[in-house]
Amino acid sequence: MPYKYTIDQKVYSFPDLKSVLAKASPFRTGDALAGLAAEDNMERIAAQYALSEIPLKDFLNETMIPYEKDEVTRLILDTHDYNAFQEISGFTVGDLRNWLLMHEVDAKKLQSVSRGLTPEMVAAVSKLMRNQDLIAIAQKCEVITRFRNTLGKKGNLSVRLQPNHPADNLQGIAASIVDGLLYGSGDAVIGINPVTDSVDVVGNQLQMMDEIRQRFDIPTQICVLCHLTTSLELLHKAPIDLVFQSIGGTEKTNASFGINISMLQEAYEGTLELNRGTVGQNVMYFETGQGSSLSADAHWNVDQQTCEARAYALARQFNPLLVNSVVGFIGPEYLYDGKQITRAGLEDHFCGKLMGLPMGVDVCYTNHAEADQDDMDNLLTLLGVAGCNFIMGVPGSDDVMLNYQSTSFHDALYVRKVLDKKPAPEFEAWLQTIGILDDKGQRRTIEASHKLLKAL
Amino acid sequence: MKPEKTNSIQQDAWGNLKNFTNARIALGSTGNSIPLEEVLQFRFAHAKAKDAIVSVLDNDKLKSQIQKMGFSVWEAQSKVNNRDEYLKRPDLGRKLNESSEKLLKEAQEAFDIVVVVADGLSANAVNTNILPLLKEIIPKLKGYKVGFVLATMARVALGDPIGAALNSKFVVTCIGERPGLSSPESMGIYTTYAPKLGLTDERRNCISNIHKNGLDSKQAASLLFYLIKQSFAKQISGVDIKIDVKELLH
Repeated sequence: MPYKYTIDQKVYSFPDLKSVLAKASPFRTGDALAGLAAEDNMERIAAQYALSEIPLKDFLNETMIPYEKDEVTRLILDTHDYNAFQEISGFTVGDLRNWLLMHEVDAKKLQSVSRGLTPEMVAAVSKLMRNQDLIAIAQKCEVITRFRNTLGKKGNLSVRLQPNHPADNLQGIAASIVDGLLYGSGDAVIGINPVTDSVDVVGNQLQMMDEIRQRFDIPTQICVLCHLTTSLELLHKAPIDLVFQSIGGTEKTNASFGINISMLQEAYEGTLELNRGTVGQNVMYFETGQGSSLSADAHWNVDQQTCEARAYALARQFNPLLVNSVVGFIGPEYLYDGKQITRAGLEDHFCGKLMGLPMGVDVCYTNHAEADQDDMDNLLTLLGVAGCNFIMGVPGSDDVMLNYQSTSFHDALYVRKVLDKKPAPEFEAWLQTIGILDDKGQRRTIEASHKLLKAL
Repeated sequence: MKPEKTNSIQQDAWGNLKNFTNARIALGSTGNSIPLEEVLQFRFAHAKAKDAIVSVLDNDKLKSQIQKMGFSVWEAQSKVNNRDEYLKRPDLGRKLNESSEKLLKEAQEAFDIVVVVADGLSANAVNTNILPLLKEIIPKLKGYKVGFVLATMARVALGDPIGAALNSKFVVTCIGERPGLSSPESMGIYTTYAPKLGLTDERRNCISNIHKNGLDSKQAASLLFYLIKQSFAKQISGVDIKIDVKELLH
């Protein structure tokens, strides 16, 4: 339905809910590229005023992408928990923002309304928030997941060890794994992006990582970030802890990734049956990122941040161990500079957490974005404060296979130190036993005789 | 008296692992942080990559060199006006501007192959790698009528309207790839049979990673020649033509 708002006798009209959301979004290049952004600052603030007055109930009555044409929309509406929604059902979007910030609204309360919130409501409220709101509310959430260790407890910050190699060389990958472990990284997952997504290559990588994990009895999980269909082929032939998949917020986006909901369901059930987790059975790992729907021409004129939040609705169906936005990877036509990447990273973390997901963020940028390591330091620190579950650990921040820059093993030590964060408890105990951390959690001097160095 | 040099750097005992990977491992530390020498090396690499993004095609040199080989050369530009717009509007980088379109159409030419030499995200990559590639590939193309276009502010898909305007059966777009810290000068090649505006990725074949530590010009030329033969034989390009780089090169 149409919405309008009047400022100084000028009437700003918006034909539907999705146009209010798009025009209320803080500026980013991707929405401009899609032709969805506000024309100017006045139209943006008018849209924000209009949005603040829209009842949450409107979001249940108006779909942004047609129910009959999009299985993600169907999933969102069919799984909406009206009981959980009761307490906030009389709110406008603006009321929701103010309510979320109240002292009385704690982790438990947030969890109790989580399934009553649709991704569009969550995206909408984030658009009214300042960065500090996104941090303050996310920081109240606690989303704990388990496989061979416990991730996401307050006071913990975990790292995906990302040991990529431009030629899928197993020794080269192992060298980066050892380097990362010796710097205290790898509790979220040891996860390789393969160059070649084939059964042979991926199977060998899984085998190699599993040998290292078992030989040193490391309480963590391994994953090759291949296509879901490759993992399914390998399910009973190689050691698969977690199944990875990139996902998006529309059926068409997911089609461009070569997947749909029933394929995710099949992978989820198949992986659960393997029963490889020791302390829990969260077996899925998802990556997302603003802009993927527009890039696949699959956005239905919905702004990129709302599309992103819809991907989280899909993710939460499968109780993932890990979900991360690859926020700065997509490039400057979607997120132009450090400011836009920072804002998007905080939004993604907030929306995911509020929707009950174990959110991590790949704090990253490409060389054609107007950003550098200083911007990453800022976002990393902000996300640490916001209680982000995990970040990436890439040797020296430089991914030599994907050709972009993320956070390093050293960066993880920095953020843990300045914010007094610790690795996952089981992993921290292992780091101490194997002589990488001392009993105060400080890194020890590693001698050439250290047994991990004999892994190669 | 000179102050005594502090020995704050903790070296890592596994420097030998660098033999297995060009990843930045065994950097050592001071406190929890990366030693300055490594920080500066990283910034040096980033500076190079950033400069590559704004580098420009050496049109004068390229034009005269290609003309010397006996080919016609045109210059064309996309609808993008400047570098900032180039980064924000990939859609405009895929379309020819009006004057370029007019120029190419007025040539009233027809070719078997048009080679589009395009700046992309690293003109330096093309300035460095294109002439060595041409030296390898041109002798193989004796039976084909070949023309050249130097294209600026270009995305990959700009090759298609260029090929169409010159009535070419096939277009080869050589373009600067997004620079990485370890490969600021990497060129890619994209090929389309029966090019026209609006084709998508699945209609193209690609050879990437042409740079001093990646594919060399000889390897790239033999892969390209393979694609040309396949496309002309099957009168198609893209997903229906398989290119197994490892198989073809070894």
